[in-house]
Amino acid sequence: MQFFVLAVTLVVLTGIGFFFGRSRALASVSGRAKNLHSLPDYYGWYLALWCGLPSFGLFLLWLLAEPYLVDFLVIGQMPTTLPGGGAGSLDLILSLVHSLAAGHPVPGEVTPALEEAADHYNSLRQISFAGLAAAMASLAAAGLAWGLRRITPDMRARNRVEHALRWLLVASATIAVLTTIGIVLSLFFEAIRFFRLIPFWDFLFGLNWSPQTSIRADQVGSSGEFGAIPLFAGTLLVTFIAMVVAVPVGLMSAIYMADYASPGTRNVVKPVLEVLAGIPTVVYGFFAALTVGPFLRDLGMGLGLDVASESALAAGGVMGIMIIPFISSLSDDIIVAVPQSLRDGSYALGATRSETVRRVVLPAALPGVISACLLGVSRAIGETMIVVMAAGLAANLTANPLESVTTVTVQIVTLLVGDQEFDSAKTLAAFALGLVLFVVTLALNVIALRVVQKFREQYD
Amino acid sequence: MTAPNTSTSALITASLRSRHAAEKRFRAYGIIAIATALVFLVVLLSSILAKGYGAFFQTQISLSIVFSQDVIDPKKTGDGQVIARANYQKLVRNALQARFPHVKKRREIKKLSALVSRGARRQLQAMVANDPSLIGATRRVWLTASGDADMFNKGAIARDIPEKTRRINDRQIAWLDALEESGALRKRFNVTFFTTGDSREPEQAGIWGAIVGSALTLVVTLILSFPLGVTAAVYLEELSVKNRWTDFLEVNINNMAAVPSIIYGLLGLAVFLNVMHLPRSAPLVGGIVLALMTFPTIIIATRAALKAVPPSIREAARGLGASPVQVVLHHVLPLAMPGILTGTIIGMSRALGESAPLLMIGMVAFIVDIPQGPFDPATVLPVQIYLWADSPERAFVEKTAAATLVLLAFLVIMNATAVILRRKFEKRW
Repeated sequence: MQFFVLAVTLVVLTGIGFFFGRSRALASVSGRAKNLHSLPDYYGWYLALWCGLPSFGLFLLWLLAEPYLVDFLVIGQMPTTLPGGGAGSLDLILSLVHSLAAGHPVPGEVTPALEEAADHYNSLRQISFAGLAAAMASLAAAGLAWGLRRITPDMRARNRVEHALRWLLVASATIAVLTTIGIVLSLFFEAIRFFRLIPFWDFLFGLNWSPQTSIRADQVGSSGEFGAIPLFAGTLLVTFIAMVVAVPVGLMSAIYMADYASPGTRNVVKPVLEVLAGIPTVVYGFFAALTVGPFLRDLGMGLGLDVASESALAAGGVMGIMIIPFISSLSDDIIVAVPQSLRDGSYALGATRSETVRRVVLPAALPGVISACLLGVSRAIGETMIVVMAAGLAANLTANPLESVTTVTVQIVTLLVGDQEFDSAKTLAAFALGLVLFVVTLALNVIALRVVQKFREQYD
Repeated sequence: MTAPNTSTSALITASLRSRHAAEKRFRAYGIIAIATALVFLVVLLSSILAKGYGAFFQTQISLSIVFSQDVIDPKKTGDGQVIARANYQKLVRNALQARFPHVKKRREIKKLSALVSRGARRQLQAMVANDPSLIGATRRVWLTASGDADMFNKGAIARDIPEKTRRINDRQIAWLDALEESGALRKRFNVTFFTTGDSREPEQAGIWGAIVGSALTLVVTLILSFPLGVTAAVYLEELSVKNRWTDFLEVNINNMAAVPSIIYGLLGLAVFLNVMHLPRSAPLVGGIVLALMTFPTIIIATRAALKAVPPSIREAARGLGASPVQVVLHHVLPLAMPGILTGTIIGMSRALGESAPLLMIGMVAFIVDIPQGPFDPATVLPVQIYLWADSPERAFVEKTAAATLVLLAFLVIMNATAVILRRKFEKRW
């Protein structure tokens, strides 16, 4: 609510700036706009920028810095012991103060010292918000005054506004870079913390995965082993099954639609296939867990096979269905892009259509098709909801598609959903797995790109 | 000269049959592949429709409730507080006992009460609160049946499975049959499902909370990703010169589009929750994370739309003395707007269906209340589907499928809007 008021105030100030700038410019030439260097609106925008931008920058800065500043001030007069009497880490007490200040229920007894800290926290936040509002208002006023003084008939307002606009555009394009940096840094730092607890090679090549670390030393069955090989194997198995379903079906439909189907059929079938791509993955997960899984289990029972109800086959098969439209639409584009002259040449030599497709079109389209398959693999590896809902949790090192396996993404979700303490190897392991996932999918995408760039035939 | 020719043509003629057979086979493979994909689609949709259709209806039981003064307000205080806190469950139990007088044992009575939803007391409470003159009167009231009774009435729990593995026992079935015979059982459109938040009781669980959560999240996503995406695309497509910096930007944007969605969840957890201390489970954080995911989609769509505007427009504007920025803002961008909006709607529909990153930032909590703003804890439709799919109760399977149908309906509406927009405004230059 406070933020809403602030935002509205900022917009109003900017609007006032626009209005003042425009009328000031017009007044300076006594209403004859053709004597101005730029159109009158540009003077308005010029002043609006002076009014709004500095306060907006201050607001962003405040958003980033304020929590730290307030926490720092609160820590100064915080109790150093937990309500129970035990010594708690600073973070723990701070989080208690935070939830107390927000009015949430806190576990355990609330000591007066804690309550005092919470009150202190709340009053500090109020002060800082009031300070922010005052600073923003005065900055806007100063900007207004400064800008107004600079408006003269021959000021190049348009050029200045356009210059500022360009910088704003660059700033929003930079979000992409910031996001990438954010991903890399957040994964990297948490993963480093994890590798301080668990050696890197034990993680990458260990054969046992049981992340339940024991809280007490004498607990049984919670070894806390972090060998990720079973997860990698499970991921590969599910991905392999998915590709076995998706590649033949996707590729053959692409070939049929590009080289056999009439335009009418194509116009109908292509959008219908795209529907498969538009269905949310959680829906596929539901389908895999409640329809395909039990169906395969019953089928297996009928055949005398022992199929786990959360088998890799169910998850992988449904994932394959999800990837079909991905493979087919990418391959379709590539096959259509193979020039007609190649086909005509082949027909002229007496080849049938299928021979042309197999001997001429496919080899020409091969780099693109391979790249499409690699992108499909990358999608399958990173896919989360289907496997979370339909694959198992136990880390089995097996190549049997009828058994239950777990995957990297499933483990990330199970490790991070629920209670969280950010010091345990358990939660940090999720970031290490995330880093592996990020690196592998990135590598696959880069390879897919390179394959196309390097091996594509250039036709004109 | 002619001899080798005839032998070659003989060879060709001989091989022709098998070649044509191969041709037919190949063609058949293509048809089979497309048919397979279509069959998958049909099976997927029809299985969800078959499972979820029932949840739009709800079983109700008619009981003649005695709003007895002794139970509601024994001291005749007339105080609203006292009336609100009365034991309405007892009213339901009394009515059930009156309907089946031969049921005497405590355990039997418990089983009998289990036919009516625990939400019934809230229904009665609301009735009395609205009209205090009801106290002392007797009314026939349609009460919501419990999840198990509902499942049985819809035929989802078969009579012929052994009693031990059935969630509803033989006596309860007999009671339900008796109610059915006397016309005290009916199925009505399930309003509860569309008006309430989540609940542990399947018959009281609804998706309104999740719909509001999704809407709030999408609003945040749209507010952030649309302006940022469009301006970034305008910069890259129209106002930048190709150099190392723009190449680097392009690489980053392509990379963002390829990163698995769950990684964005990890980013949100590490940066927005742990570093910036934004609230957990809030649509605000969900919206920011989804905005980062949608950002490349919008950039790509916007660039395609900008590219589709012919250069002659730009040249004409330049020729009349417009500056490069004016060319873009006054001419190219308005002409590209339908394409940009289409791409944005498609990006939003993807964001609506996304759930994996939201699991990471705590939008999986069990939340009963309808969120009031972007800072309140909330969940979204796909996550609600995930949560319900995990519930062991049979009645939740139906709810899950129904929630899926609602989600798909929203997606169909959004995509249809995008298609119509494209058909209506797309210009062929």
